[in-house]
Amino acid sequence: MSVEQAQAQEQQASTIRLRWGRGLAWLALFVLLIILAGGLLRNQQGAVSVGERIPEFTLTTFDGQTLRSADLRGKVLVINFWASWCKPCEQEAADLEAAWRFYQPRGDVLFLGIAYVDTEPEARAYLEKFGITYPNGPDLGTRISQAFRIRGVPETYIVDREGTLQFVQIGPFRSLSQIKSAIDPLLQP
Amino acid sequence: MGTQSDLRWLLLIGIFLSIGLWGGAGTALAQTPDPRQITDDQVNAIAKHLYCPVCENVPLDVCGTQACEQWRQLIRQKLAEGWSEAQIRQYFVEQYGDRVLATPPPRGINWLAYLVPPVAILLGAWILVRAFRGRKHPPSPSTLPQSEHLPPEVVKQIEQELRER
Repeated sequence: MSVEQAQAQEQQASTIRLRWGRGLAWLALFVLLIILAGGLLRNQQGAVSVGERIPEFTLTTFDGQTLRSADLRGKVLVINFWASWCKPCEQEAADLEAAWRFYQPRGDVLFLGIAYVDTEPEARAYLEKFGITYPNGPDLGTRISQAFRIRGVPETYIVDREGTLQFVQIGPFRSLSQIKSAIDPLLQP
Repeated sequence: MGTQSDLRWLLLIGIFLSIGLWGGAGTALAQTPDPRQITDDQVNAIAKHLYCPVCENVPLDVCGTQACEQWRQLIRQKLAEGWSEAQIRQYFVEQYGDRVLATPPPRGINWLAYLVPPVAILLGAWILVRAFRGRKHPPSPSTLPQSEHLPPEVVKQIEQELRER
C-alpha cells in the first residue's frame, strides 16, 4: 500500500469518525430538546379537566388510615386541597364540614382533605380549629397535587361514581348551597 | 447505738434517693426539647438549601410567607430534637418531594442537570481548539491536490500561464 493510499484511508476514517461524532451530537441535542419540550408542555397544562378520569392516588390520613382512589369507585368524591397557611381556605372550611355532615349518613359521598405543603402540627391545629371530621392527610412528596396539576389552594375536585371529574372549584366555595349544587346532580340515579 | 445506725442508714438512703430523683429529673429535662435554644443562624444554615414549592425560586431562609415561616419553625423543632441536617433534609424530601432541594439528587433524569453542562463545555472547547488549529496550520501539502493528478497538458498550460505573468 502506497503512502498516498494510507493517507487517503486515514482521511476517510477521520471523516467517518467526524460524521459519527456529529450525528451523535445532533442526536443528543434532539433527545435533550424532546425532554425539555416534554417538561414545558407538562408545565403548560392546566389542572385536570372536567370529563377526564382523575389520576390514581393514595392518601395516608393524619390518623394513619390509607385510602386508595381506586378503592373508592362507586362513591362521589369531594377532594379538597387546602393548607393551614392559606387564608381563603378558612372561608370554606366550615361550609365543607357542614356539607360533609349533611351527606355522610348517605354513605355514597366521601370528602377527602389533602393538606398541601403544610407542616403536620399546623395542619392538625387547623383541622381542630374548624372541627373538621372527614378524612384528611398530607400530600406526601406533593405527589397528589402534582398529579392533579393544581395551581394553588384551595381547589376542590368533585368526582362521580365512575372516577370521572365532574366539577372543579378554583378558590373557596362561597356557601354551603354552592357545594350542594355541585354534588347533588351526581347523586341522581 | 441501734437507733443511730438506723438513722445513718436512713440518711444514706435519703441521699441516694435524692441523687436518683435529681438525676431522673435532669434526664427528663434533657428529653424535653426547647426550640428557643436553637438560633436563627442554625435554622437558616439548613433553610438556605431548601425551597418551598409555594414560593418558587425563593430560598427558605429569606422567604417571607407564612408557609415558609412554618417550615423554618419545623426545622427549629427538629434541630431541638437532635436531628442532623441530613435527617432534616431527608424529612423535607419525603414530605414535599425532591423539588424542595436547591440541587436535584443525582438519580434518574436528574443526571442530565449534572452531565449536560460539562459535556457542553467540553464539546465547545473541542470545537474551539479544532477551529484554532485549522487557522494556525494551513492544509499540509499532502492534503493539497497533487499536480501529478492533473493531466500533463493541463499542467503545461498552467505553467505556461504562470510564465506569461
